[in-house]
Formats: sequence, structure tokens, C-alpha cells
Amino acid sequence: MSGETRDTWQKPPFIANPVLRWSVYVGAILYFAWVGATLPIDWGRVAEGVGRAGRIFGGAFPPSFERSGLLIDGFLESLKIAILATTGGVLLSIPIAFMAARNVAPLPIYYLGRFVIIVARSFHPVIVAIIFVKAVGFGPFAGVLTLVVYSIGFVAKMLAERIEEIDFGQVEAMRAAGAPFLSTMVYAIFPQIMPRQIGLTIYQLDSNLRASAVVGIVGAGGIGATLANAFGRYDYDFALAITMVIVGVILISEGISGQIRKRIG
Amino acid sequence: MLKITDLVKRYGGGDPVLKNLDLTIEGESVVSIIGSSGAGKSTLLRCINRLVEPSSGSIELNGTELTRLRGRSLRAARRKIGMVFQGFNLVDRLTVMENVQSGRLGYISTWAAVMRRYPKEDIRRAYELMERVGIAHYANTRADQLSGGERQRVGVVRALMQNPEILLADEPTASLDPKTSEQIMGLLRDLAGELKLPVLINIHNVTEAKEYTDRIVGMRYGRIIFDDRPASLDKEAMDRIYSGSPHADRSEDLRQAS
Amino acid sequence: MTSISEQFGREDWSRFSSRQKWQRFAIFAVCALAIAWSITSIEVVWAWVWDSPGQMGDLFERMYPPDTTNLATILRVLWETVNIATFATAFAVLMSLPVAYLAAQNTTPNRATLWLGRLILVTSRSVNTIIWALLFVAIFGPGVVAGIVAIMFRSIGFIGKLLGEAIEEIDRRPVEALEATGASRFKVIVYAIVPQVMPTFWAVAILRWDINLRESTVLGLVGAGGIGIILQGAIDTFNWPEAATVLLAILVLVILGEIVSAFLRRRIL
Repeated sequence: MSGETRDTWQKPPFIANPVLRWSVYVGAILYFAWVGATLPIDWGRVAEGVGRAGRIFGGAFPPSFERSGLLIDGFLESLKIAILATTGGVLLSIPIAFMAARNVAPLPIYYLGRFVIIVARSFHPVIVAIIFVKAVGFGPFAGVLTLVVYSIGFVAKMLAERIEEIDFGQVEAMRAAGAPFLSTMVYAIFPQIMPRQIGLTIYQLDSNLRASAVVGIVGAGGIGATLANAFGRYDYDFALAITMVIVGVILISEGISGQIRKRIG
Repeated sequence: MLKITDLVKRYGGGDPVLKNLDLTIEGESVVSIIGSSGAGKSTLLRCINRLVEPSSGSIELNGTELTRLRGRSLRAARRKIGMVFQGFNLVDRLTVMENVQSGRLGYISTWAAVMRRYPKEDIRRAYELMERVGIAHYANTRADQLSGGERQRVGVVRALMQNPEILLADEPTASLDPKTSEQIMGLLRDLAGELKLPVLINIHNVTEAKEYTDRIVGMRYGRIIFDDRPASLDKEAMDRIYSGSPHADRSEDLRQAS
Repeated sequence: MTSISEQFGREDWSRFSSRQKWQRFAIFAVCALAIAWSITSIEVVWAWVWDSPGQMGDLFERMYPPDTTNLATILRVLWETVNIATFATAFAVLMSLPVAYLAAQNTTPNRATLWLGRLILVTSRSVNTIIWALLFVAIFGPGVVAGIVAIMFRSIGFIGKLLGEAIEEIDRRPVEALEATGASRFKVIVYAIVPQVMPTFWAVAILRWDINLRESTVLGLVGAGGIGIILQGAIDTFNWPEAATVLLAILVLVILGEIVSAFLRRRIL
């Protein structure tokens, strides 16, 4: 070390390579500037929006609970959709999860299982919903099918990860005791994945209830259909009432599902 | 000069942790405070820089009354009091230099702090101090990559960067192995001499207290019951400091009162 | 000679006590009843249900082979979709910082600001992106602005909540140390709190970008810009081969997005 003490210091940069660092900075600035300038935005229209927002919120207050019968029916339908979709989705998830777990499935089946999960996860429920609506007609059945797909995407993925983590010693112990395949499953694998499975099911019921409020907007039944209708007919006071109830129900269901999962977990 | 008069600290409605405590520290002495866990050592230290709010009494540092300061003037007073912690209390994800310079935060502008544009003299002083304690080559290393002894050196340099008028050390060696622990104690003693700085150290290890400090203060349940040169700390004094329980101590109070 | 099991009369063993059995039975019964109620009362034309596998097969048959004549337009709009997601995430990240600061118990200035922060988070999180989009399409008219603002509103709650929790979980000790040096509140935040929440900040921003990429593909269905508009158009005109192309394009986009975010996560964290 030299006798002179240094009197300058600079924080080591986040990206050590200066070329890469500057190209990231410049690239980010160029991207935001260029895209920001070229996005097809009609500023005149946006400016009008402020006045329109005033009218909409003016029309929305006070929220109208006059047609509460319609509201309750819509909600019950959403609840039924969520229950059936969770049941179907979870049941289907179990075999798919086993297919997609590297440690139990042979390679071709593993790829098939992964493919199913990736496709189910990649499409937003609303996209799946419009396709089902076209295929099986308007109404709650399309909603159930949509949320079954949605549930598989999440539950099967998480469950497959859990299966990949299981302790294989227990399986070996069962095999060593001469247990047949099914008994091995019941005694060595199911106990290890059951707690996770129950937690996932409850979580999924909660998220299906949320999602069922949305898929209705494209015609797959439930409260979302009621909401989309209210918006379409400029009944903003009813729309606000529906939104408030949706928010309330989601908060309650989140609370309940959190409580149950805490108790089990 | 640090002058503590009639200091009381009570948490909630319970028994006071510090009971009408008086302590004066003059000149450049290295003073250690010993006592069992729960004796109030840490509370005493934290009352001085007001990390803990004293309930009553007075603490005066070089003529400034500390107990009534608020806001800006409290921050100004804290700059004059360096503190070294048991758990080092470094910001793990920042470099050693940033940790060291955080001792200057009370002095530099917000802009300089955010942009890491530290004044030249601060950087020079930081390198000098880091060189002195042997961590200058770590300036650009993240604090969480250092060993315990090195981390505590960073903690010491951070406190010294404040240009303090007194240095407080709260169990500075309790998280370190015996060898490193002695190095840090030696460092604190030497730095006190070099920088003409009074140092107040809370410590569990009585052997180290005797070896490295000029004066030992023994506390038991909120009171100072021993205050003398290390040589005078005999077996009998040790027993008095480390015996008893808070409960026994309380009944003694009652007996004296009656 | 009698075996131990006979001596103690323990030849029976069951996994659960009778109380546990009843509890489990009750839970099963409730679940079964809920499912039965749903199946019997849901308004479904059962004939359509039995018909549906055939209908689905028919649909996929009509999608094949995908029609790529409009591929250039599809890719252009797909790029616009990415931009919606990126812009919305960037704005949401900036706006969620003060919200997270208010909603974290250990940084919020007082109780009123704490509740304000929490109110913003709950409102933002509980309303789905599509519902936000319905609202903003009504306000700003159809187009990307409604889409960006809708995704932004939903993301603020998500990012703010996770960031707020990260702030609440920081190590208190460096904060104490910097307070002891006489640093102001703001400098303590910059030096002791910000570095500790940085990893969470990046992780959450990347995660949300990935989610927003998916969400931005459906905005078009309610008129808020992006690839959804083309998909809706193709489906409404029964142009299934083109719909298939759009779906494949979305699939590729989402998978690419996941690869990019996994890469960023590895590099930054």
C-alpha cells in the first residue's frame, strides 16, 4: 500500500462490466422513451376521461342494492362454480401431478404432464373461458370447465413439486416390507403429500371464487356476468354495489382460508 | 466529562431497572461496567444516547444536558456519542465503506448520502481508520462477507467516524471467539489512548475487564455497588456483584426501608 | 403363556380416536353436501355437458391448421401487449413505494397513515384487473391507456403488500445503530432499510411483470388494448385458424416471459 492515503471512493457498480452496464442503462432509457412516444394513445380522449370519471362516480354513488335478488343469485352461482371447479380440478390434479413429478414418472409421461401444466398455467382464465363459452355455450358450465383448467395449472404444479421433494426412504421401507404398489402409495406417499394437498385445495377454492367473478364477464356465468351487464347498461350504482360485495366476499373468504390453512399447517 | 446524576429507568409500571444511579467519567479513561445479565448495564448505556428514554434524572456530556433534547438537537448530540454493538449492527448488504461512512450521516447532506458522494476528508479519514484496524482492503467488500472480528472492526470505525466525544461499547466482544475478543478489547484500549477518547464498555468477561480497562464499575440490579481500579476487584467484591436475584434484592430493599 | 397384547387387551388399534373420527366424518359430510348442493342446483343444460367433449374436439379440429396470414399484425400487437405489461409494472413499482412505506407498521408515521396505506392495498388487491379495466375503459375509452392504468392499479396492491411485509421483517439492529449516529429519519431509511428490502423489491417487481404479461393478454377482451382484441375479433368471426395462431403466440410469449424473469431473478438476486 502506498504512503498516500486515498481520498476518493466510488461504490462498486451493480454491473461490473462497463460496456454491459451502459448498454443496459441506455437500452432501458431508449426503450421507455421510444415505446412511450409510439404507444397508440389518443390524448384528447384521455383528457375527456377526467370529466367522464366524474360522471361515472357521480352515477355510482350511492351504490344501489335495489336488485339484491340478482346479486345474491349471481353470487350463489359463483360459489357453486368455485366448489365444483375446485373438486374437479383437484381430483384431476392428483394424477397429473404424479405424471409431472420427475422422481416417480418415466420420462415421456413426465414431459406430457409438464406440458399439460404449462398450457394450463399460460392461458389466463378469461381466455380459456371464451373458448369454452364458444364450445359449450354460455353459462356456468363453461365457468366450471375454465376454473378446472385454472386449478390444474396451480394445484398440479405445486403438488408435483411436493412429490419431487418426498422422502424416498419411506417408499423403500414399504417396498422392503413387500407392500404392493397401491399400499405403498397409501402408506408412504399420500401421508407425505396430504397436508400440502389440503392446504392447496383450500387456497384454490379461495382463488377460484375470485376468478369466478371475472370469467363471468365473458359469459361464463356467476357474478361477473351480472357485473358486466350492469356496466353495459351504464347502471354504475348497481355495478358499484356488486364490486363492493365482491371485495367484501373476497376479503372474508381470504380470511377464512388463511385461518384454516394456519390451523392445519 | 460524562456526569450521570440520579438516573432512573422504569419499563412500564414495573420495578425500575436503574435505581437512582450516579456515575461520573472524567478524562480519557477506559471504564468497564460488569454485572450479571439483567443488572441494567445495557439500559444504562442506551440511556446515555437516548436509544432508551430515561424516566428521570440527568445525564450531562461536556456541559450538555442530554435527557431533555428532542429532534434536531438530539441528533446533534448523538453525533458526539459513538456506539459499538454486541451484534455489530452493520447493514449487511452495503459495502464496508458505506457502513463506515454511515457514521458520518449526521454531518453530510442528504444528497451526498443518497448518491454516496462522500467528502474527500471523510474518505481519507475512513481509509486511515480502516488501515489502523486492518480492514482497509475490504473497503469494497459487502459487510456480510466478513468474519465476526472484522465486522466488529467495521463497527468500531463507524463509531469513530462520528468524531465522538465518548465511545460506548455494549458487549462488544460477546459474539466473538476468545482470541478475536482480546484483539478487539486491545484495539478499543489503544484507540482510546491515541484519540484521547473516554470509552465506556459493558462486558461480561471479568478477566478482560481487568486486563484492558482502567476502572471497573460493578452493577447489581440497577445500582452501582463497586467502582474502583481493577486491582481492587477481589473475590469478595466479585461475589457481591454476581450473587443474588432481583427478588432477593427487592426484599433487601424492604428490609432497609423498614 | 399369553402375549402382551392379550394381557393388556390391546388387539384392536385404530388410527383415530372416536372424537377425531366424528370430526373427520363431519368435515367429509360438509364437503359432500356442498358438492351435492352445487351439482343439483347449478343451472346447467345437462345435454350440453354430455355433448361437450364432442364440441371441444370439433373446435380444435376447426383450429387446425393455424392460419398465419396475419402473423405480422399479430406479432406487432403482441409487442404492444408486452409494452403495456412493462409500462404498467414500471409505474406500479414507483407508485407502490410510498404505499408500502405507509402500510408497514415500523415505518408509517402514525396510525392514520397506516390505515390509509392498508386501505389502498386492500382496494387495489381485491378488485381484479379485468374489473379495473372495465372501469377505465368506461373512463378513458377503449385503448392501451385503460389497459396500462388497470394493470397498474391492480399491481400497486400486490407489490405494496409484499414490500410492506418485507419492511416489517427487516433486522432492527442496523436501524438502531444508525439512529445512534444521529442520522435523520430519511437517511436511516436510505442506509438501513432500503438495502435490506432491495432483494424483495427486485423479486416482487420481476414476479409481478411475469403475472402482468399474462394479464395484459386478456385486456383486449374488454377493449383495453393488446392481443386480446385480435383474439376476440377472430373468435367473433369464427375465424378459428387465426384464433389458434393467436393462442400459440400467447403461449410462446408467456413461456418466453417466464424464461426472461427466471434469468433476471438469477442474475439480480
